[in-house]
Amino acid sequence: MGKLLVKGNDAIVRGAILAGCRVYFGYPITPASEIAETAAKYLPKVGGTFLQAESEIASINMVYGAASGGVRVMTASSSPGISLKQEGVSYAAGAELPCVIVDVMRGGPGLGNIAPEQSDYNQIVKGGGHGNYKCPVLAPYSAQEMSDFIQLAFDLAEKYRTPVYVLTDGYIGQMMEPVEFGEPKTDFPRFDWALYGDAESKQNLISSIYLEPDELEEHNRKLQRKYAEIEANEVRFEDFMLEDAEIVLMGYGIVSRVLKTVVEKLREEGVKAGLLRPKTLFPFPKKKIAELAQRVKKFLVVEMSNGQMVDDVRLAVNGKCPVEFYGRMGGNVPTMKEVLEHSKKLMEA
Amino acid sequence: MAEKVLKKPRSFYDIYERNPSADKKMPHYCPGCGHGNVHKFIAEALDDFDVADRTIFISPVGCSVFAYYYFDTGNIQAAHGRAPAVATGIKRAHPHSIVISYQGDGDLAAIGTAEILHAANRGENITVFFINNAIYGMTGGQMAPTTIVGQKTTTTPYGRRPQNEGYPVKIAELISQLEAPVYVERVALFDNKHRAKARMAVRKAIKNQVDNLGFSLVEVLSPCPSGWKMDPVDAMHWIEEEMVKVFPLGVYKDITKEVEPYHIEEFKPEAEEIKELLDLKTESKSFARSTVPEKYKNPEIKIAGFGGQGVLLLGAALAQAGMLQDYHVSWLPSYGPEMRGGTANCHVNIREIEIGSPVVANPSILIALNRPSLEKFEPDVQSGGLIIYDSSLIDIEPSRKDVEILAIPSTKMADELGNTRIANMVVLGAIAGYTNFFDLKTLFETLNTAIKRKNLIEINRKAVETGYQFGKEHRVK
Repeated sequence: MGKLLVKGNDAIVRGAILAGCRVYFGYPITPASEIAETAAKYLPKVGGTFLQAESEIASINMVYGAASGGVRVMTASSSPGISLKQEGVSYAAGAELPCVIVDVMRGGPGLGNIAPEQSDYNQIVKGGGHGNYKCPVLAPYSAQEMSDFIQLAFDLAEKYRTPVYVLTDGYIGQMMEPVEFGEPKTDFPRFDWALYGDAESKQNLISSIYLEPDELEEHNRKLQRKYAEIEANEVRFEDFMLEDAEIVLMGYGIVSRVLKTVVEKLREEGVKAGLLRPKTLFPFPKKKIAELAQRVKKFLVVEMSNGQMVDDVRLAVNGKCPVEFYGRMGGNVPTMKEVLEHSKKLMEA
Repeated sequence: MAEKVLKKPRSFYDIYERNPSADKKMPHYCPGCGHGNVHKFIAEALDDFDVADRTIFISPVGCSVFAYYYFDTGNIQAAHGRAPAVATGIKRAHPHSIVISYQGDGDLAAIGTAEILHAANRGENITVFFINNAIYGMTGGQMAPTTIVGQKTTTTPYGRRPQNEGYPVKIAELISQLEAPVYVERVALFDNKHRAKARMAVRKAIKNQVDNLGFSLVEVLSPCPSGWKMDPVDAMHWIEEEMVKVFPLGVYKDITKEVEPYHIEEFKPEAEEIKELLDLKTESKSFARSTVPEKYKNPEIKIAGFGGQGVLLLGAALAQAGMLQDYHVSWLPSYGPEMRGGTANCHVNIREIEIGSPVVANPSILIALNRPSLEKFEPDVQSGGLIIYDSSLIDIEPSRKDVEILAIPSTKMADELGNTRIANMVVLGAIAGYTNFFDLKTLFETLNTAIKRKNLIEINRKAVETGYQFGKEHRVK
């Protein structure tokens, strides 16, 4: 197959269908509606189901139901909608159901606006709903990665029996770039835990109830072991010119695109800059950060938020070097120029 | 005379292993509770229709959240009120399964009102059992949406007052008003005659699903002696004397004889067909790059004009052409607050190496198709850059002296070709001809993808060609 020039929001749906997703439940919200619209266009064609639910809460619970059936199922929304879905995600995490949730972030709090922000980091990466859980979080920065990561998201969801988030923003969703799509997946394993509506699977129970404190504690310990395993195996990041870097820029999603240009410009001006771009926000590239902190002068974390990922960077750096933060909010995307100026000032200081 | 053997339905487990209590043979329900009756009716029906193996039982929050202790079927425990949504999910994933949503009054008629209403309205082919006991039994006797006026509960210690809490919600009446549900009945459990009726209703509601007829709901007026703080006998009387007055019994809707059964045809396309259906069957085409003067390489392009001038399409065509020549390309439309006011703009990068930010704040090429765009973005153009503007629509000239300027009467040229709407393609040709970035062959291939209506390709080719000649003739010597 040749490359196609497509929007990120389109790439993520066609990528999901190639990954074998045949069921989608969602509620319209700007700027994620195009994902639902593209799913509505393609899923019925391939024998799948698209259903517009009555609410975000219903849609995540429909996802919970379909996931109980061992099929690849997804939903997508934007920040306020994700807040509503958190109950269902907690249940899915507790019942260990694989499913994929896409969050095309917008500005908050409250109704905020529909411009891109990255202020959902805490509610997505730190669990978000009630209980001791976390979900793997993938952060694409291109249309190609929208397609690649949604497929990876389904694989991780099934491998670890967990909800997985794809965390993105309006720019990555709206942008068109060449995408090379993979091959369709057509054979799927039968899971020994799922319900297929037959005699072989009927002994299975999908539940997050553990009445006895000891049992619930053991269940939670099991979840924590799973998260530790995810941390050990699934960290993904891009290392861009870090080898001899003195200042490490960090950002994800659209911000990392801006930072890449900033690094190029800084290098042109003789500043040894590099970019560490997390592709997974949980698990977070803690080891890589700790290792860099031993030898670089500074970190500069850039986010379209009040500074949420920067907390995780500080934990990983653990005081070994200064960690600076530059943030924009309200839907403003930091420009290459402003980050460049800020970085230069930091290096002079 | 045949001997009748009394035993538990097969659709119940023999031993309730999942019950953490020491006694694995007794249900967890209180003496006199109605859940046991309804559970039994369901299990008997599953036996009789021989569908227990393919049944998936959903138990949300309420006393019956532990129904999975008893039913030898697939079981899903769900969040409070969400069972109809969960049922929708699993039914859509496995349409041959028999899905039962078993809900109490708080679950169905309070916190889950939206879910039940919409599952019913979609006509989901599921069966809903609604246990109405007018109280929150599990949490210790608080008011339910179906608590009757005057009834004392722990949260209506002086009795339910309509002025404060409104009136009891009548679910059978409500659901039967919707078009899709095929069967809605309200039954009660206070004596043998009514229990027999309830049993028949439960059977019918399950059979409807087995026959793929659609959505069925049975509301059961059920005793909760613990919640009501009554002995079981008084509880029976209370249903008969008080509840039935508020919640009249009977069939509220039955169109099962009129509806056609659902037909679900499974379609599982093979890999090649999937690619076809996803519009991914494209040939990989590649065109040689032209010799581009150094100053025009790696252009950062901003295109702006009124909505309807084809601004976004012009940008997409440029990106598409770049892709055909194996450049890295990106296209970003105006987004968010920028979109208001009927103006449109997009940002296009065509680069030899990977593209960082797709945002073009300072374009090397500005294409302005209307006056406000020229005025707004002219100052942002890089020194040594290029401004292309539609001189047939814009009555001013750019004032910058440090940039190249190509004034093209593209709208007039398009009119002369017979279609104002192809002005954008005239400009596409002009940029290519002026900068030598793309040859005509690449642009023509681009049109095959960019122009959806095939009968318009010819006139767009003419536009591109005309623009190309214009651009070429106006190259800086």
